[in-house]
Amino acid sequence: MNLRGLYTLFEKEVLRFLKVVVQTLLTPVATALLYLVIFGEVLAEHLEMYPGVGYGAFLVPGLVAMTLIQNAFANSSSSLIQSKMTGNLIFLLVAPISPLEFYLAFVAAAVVRGLMVGAGVWLVALAFVDLPLHSPALVLAFAVLGAAVLGGLGVIAGVWADKFEQLAAFQNFVVLPLSFLSGVFYSVHALPSPWDRLSWLNPFFYMIDGFRYGFLGVSDAPPLLSLGVSLAFLAAVSVVCLRMLAMGYKIRQ
Amino acid sequence: MAEAIRVEGLHKRYATVHALRGVDLAVARGEFFGLLGPNGAGKTTLIGILAGLVRPTAGRAAVMGHDVRRRWRQARRALGLVPQELVYDPFFTVREILWLQSGYFGLGRANRAWIEELLEVLNLTAKADANLHDLSGGMKRRVLIAQALVHRPPVVVLDEPTAGVDVELRQALWHFTRRLHAEGHTIVLTTHYLEEAEALCGRIAILHQGMLRALDTKAGLLARHPWRCLCLELDPPGAPLPEAVAALVSEREGGRVKLRLHRLNDQIGAVLDALRTAGLRIRDLRTEEPGLEEVFLELVHEAPAGEAAAAEREAG
Repeated sequence: MNLRGLYTLFEKEVLRFLKVVVQTLLTPVATALLYLVIFGEVLAEHLEMYPGVGYGAFLVPGLVAMTLIQNAFANSSSSLIQSKMTGNLIFLLVAPISPLEFYLAFVAAAVVRGLMVGAGVWLVALAFVDLPLHSPALVLAFAVLGAAVLGGLGVIAGVWADKFEQLAAFQNFVVLPLSFLSGVFYSVHALPSPWDRLSWLNPFFYMIDGFRYGFLGVSDAPPLLSLGVSLAFLAAVSVVCLRMLAMGYKIRQ
Repeated sequence: MAEAIRVEGLHKRYATVHALRGVDLAVARGEFFGLLGPNGAGKTTLIGILAGLVRPTAGRAAVMGHDVRRRWRQARRALGLVPQELVYDPFFTVREILWLQSGYFGLGRANRAWIEELLEVLNLTAKADANLHDLSGGMKRRVLIAQALVHRPPVVVLDEPTAGVDVELRQALWHFTRRLHAEGHTIVLTTHYLEEAEALCGRIAILHQGMLRALDTKAGLLARHPWRCLCLELDPPGAPLPEAVAALVSEREGGRVKLRLHRLNDQIGAVLDALRTAGLRIRDLRTEEPGLEEVFLELVHEAPAGEAAAAEREAG
């Protein structure tokens, strides 16, 4: 195992997003706060998703999770597509770095960016909303899981896409709908049939619902079920991603 | 011989193109080896396979005895590739890029002294903290070379390093590659410039349509070319030539005549005697030996018609 190679690639991916911190960290935090102000403030007095839990407290974990996973996806996918488009991916491909090391480095960097953005949204949201913290361990577990899954999906999308337009399509037609329809802004119990049942087929729902349980101690799905589904989803994404990298799909001729 | 590179029965098929058609060759350690061929000959595919960028359809390739597929880590550590395109990562400075590339190869801080030496040798020290975005094309080319050398590979492959560079930089690159060779590196150079191969390479392989057309020393390749030219200035200028000499004319303009002579069959003395007998005075005379260009063109153009047609069909 080329551990130094793995760490260097991870370090490079982290340095890359830290060089454009306004775009990669501050902008998503600001966007999430806009959601909080618009939805949280407007709907706070009219909605109560769980007994005794205000809408603001319900919304913030969902917003943190959504921002976290979307940024994890953006990190790995945008880095890969840029490297492919500019041609500098060649420097990585000629190095003695295995598909597993490649995958772990990209996913770990995506997790770091996801956690930093998520922490930023959470910390700023604390100024507006009184948010409990039921289980820090579960919050962290679901945060890392969610970011890892989306980091892996980002690798898949970045490897698959030949141009920015295809990557944008993946983001807009897969990641965005699945994250918006995962109970970020509402409890799936509040949805009419069949949307409530369809939501249970959305793996993003379990990542966000389990994350919310870590804060509130209540959720739509049992937390163990969410943990199991999220782990299974991570395993599936990892298998696909590693298979693509091992085949050299679209990156080695 | 101890081999730096060995390629056996190498084939590469893309969707519509058969880019390599059973290439076999070996490069000895310490050689300065040239890989020539027209566009689409398979040069970049061949070095792509050596560097792990391209997967062969059949056959095997090894770098310093390490199979590029089974012992890929060792093979990649043994090879430094200078790509043809001026590619770079716009997020980082020159020094950062070299640190990162060194890390990919598993090398830590201990390698930083070598990185500083590379910056110095390649005249990059003053630009070490500049973003690559802000460097000239020549500087970017030097950074590519530094990246290829950062892990001290015994084999260095340069893919058309002087394509599109000015004369001064070309000379500097020639000087640097000669120095690398003198320090013991095996150099593989692909180039379109035949004078570059003549000036630098000990042995030269000529690829055409995915096949190895020739592999020999420069002298060996030149010896294969059976023709030489005899350039004459005759008086009177427009006088008819004897029949035996007229058959040898390749160019004629007034009194200046260029004859193409076969080394074995056409004697210069006999030609001169025939001209004198015909009453022509020889005012000036010189011979032209063939260069690699003539050899190259002859090898490239002697591809059997069937092969060429098949290649064109497959290329679509």
